[in-house]
Amino acid sequence: MPKSPLRIGAGAAFSGDRIDPAIVLAERGDLDFHVFECLAERTIALAQLRKRRDSSKGYDPLFERRMEGLLPLLAKRRFRIVTNMGAANPEAAADVLIAIARRLKVPLKVAVVHGDDVLDRIDLDSPTMERGRAISDSGPLVSANAYLGADALLPALESNADVIISGRVADPSLFVGPMVHHYGWAPDDFDRLARGTAVGHLLECAGQLCGGYFAEPGRKDVPDMAHLGFPFADVDAEGNAMVGKVSGTGGRIDLATAKEQLLYEVTDPYGYVTPDVVADFTTVSLKETAPHRVAVNGARGRPRPAKLKVSVGYLAGYIGEGEIGYAGVNALARARLAGDIIRARLGVQFPKLRIDLIGSRSLHGHSFDVEEKPYEVRLRIAGRAATAEQAMTIGEEVEALYTNGPGGGGGTRKYVHEQIGIVSTLIDRERVPTRVTVKEWNGHAEAA
Amino acid sequence: MPKLHELAHCRAGDKGDTSILSLIAYRPEDYPLLEQRVTAEAVKRHLQGIVEGEVRRYELPELWALQFVCEHSLGGGVTTSLGLDAHGKSLSYALLEMAV
Repeated sequence: MPKSPLRIGAGAAFSGDRIDPAIVLAERGDLDFHVFECLAERTIALAQLRKRRDSSKGYDPLFERRMEGLLPLLAKRRFRIVTNMGAANPEAAADVLIAIARRLKVPLKVAVVHGDDVLDRIDLDSPTMERGRAISDSGPLVSANAYLGADALLPALESNADVIISGRVADPSLFVGPMVHHYGWAPDDFDRLARGTAVGHLLECAGQLCGGYFAEPGRKDVPDMAHLGFPFADVDAEGNAMVGKVSGTGGRIDLATAKEQLLYEVTDPYGYVTPDVVADFTTVSLKETAPHRVAVNGARGRPRPAKLKVSVGYLAGYIGEGEIGYAGVNALARARLAGDIIRARLGVQFPKLRIDLIGSRSLHGHSFDVEEKPYEVRLRIAGRAATAEQAMTIGEEVEALYTNGPGGGGGTRKYVHEQIGIVSTLIDRERVPTRVTVKEWNGHAEAA
Repeated sequence: MPKLHELAHCRAGDKGDTSILSLIAYRPEDYPLLEQRVTAEAVKRHLQGIVEGEVRRYELPELWALQFVCEHSLGGGVTTSLGLDAHGKSLSYALLEMAV
């Protein structure tokens, strides 16, 4: 019988996430697996652009920092790491990791999961899931990555590697992989896979299960947010679990935080689709069993989808932005006047110019009754352009409001952002073969 | 009339141009009122000017929760939106402004 429960920790919710809570969890969480999910929709396309500029890059920008903190603990605590921080270049990430292991004198075996990159074989004439137009209509393509499932991780897990590095793998599958490996669930054991998927979904946003992105003073208070902990799950052989966090960390885990996370970004609670299973979250039951402990039971599963989803990144031009602030008497009127001036000056070049009054109605538009006399307001102008130079003219015009606009404007800023667009399509599983390679440093000093 | 804010909490998520709003009652006894008053049509009306597409509602009484899937709500999606909050992360509190 395999050890039960299996304890899986969550070390990151996204590429730029905080590192300290992941270290605390590694140190004190008594983990079997530490999973780092670091790929949002556009992350891999941005990584692909970095790889184009430098073929030794294209993995997670915080990969080295995370691993330098984790490797000394890995040697002591014997947990294993699973991560999609390989992004557009898992091979290069593994090379970098072996170099870190050598420097820190930590013997290490690394497995790399290949196969998610399908840019060379997507059908450019096939329609996107979003707009139904051909993929090739989107713009110059940068990346196309299939969402791999738990099955792609299994050979890597069987290799006994300490660290498993992949590119695109569906977020919950990063957690389900270790469960399937540990308990030997069959590929058609859909109820267990669905329960594991619910647990993976609860964990994939790390701090969000512990009261991150939750607090509202006086109504939804979260203790000691400065030291917000990351969660773990104790998963049993049925896929049911107890989620929790290590004592001494900040935050809270209870019904309210677990419900927000269970439903987060779920477009159909009856059918949450991953490469492993279609999970029915409406049958999940949550129960508080102790302080900061919630039991998660009972998701039901249906057969996995026939095809894999592919996320396609393309170059989508540039956005230019300019900002300027107004405060005191008639701040709103002066900001509005400044917006009118900019529209008159740039309207021909940028017919879709966006004008926001930050501090008044920039986020929710004009739907609600709001106080119309903010003491201060910040004007923001944004527009889309084909080139960075054109985009910059927006910030330049806003800056010129200093001497050519209303009185008392201050604190101008100008920005240009390169835009990556994302569309999705489907691909047959047979067209996405995966394989695993292993690299190792055995701890012996090499001959000079 | 009380605002939803007094009865429920909410989190927003996004997939492409779709905003997903999870509305969760603080107390189970308030869930029936939410189910009765906070219909898909009411949400679409409340968020006019933001939600341009269809609103689908899922009921999750076990969780005291309603899930609203609001299509065409993010200015074309993260890619094409010129808005400050391209993911619509702040829309959770727009929904909680609703009077019930």
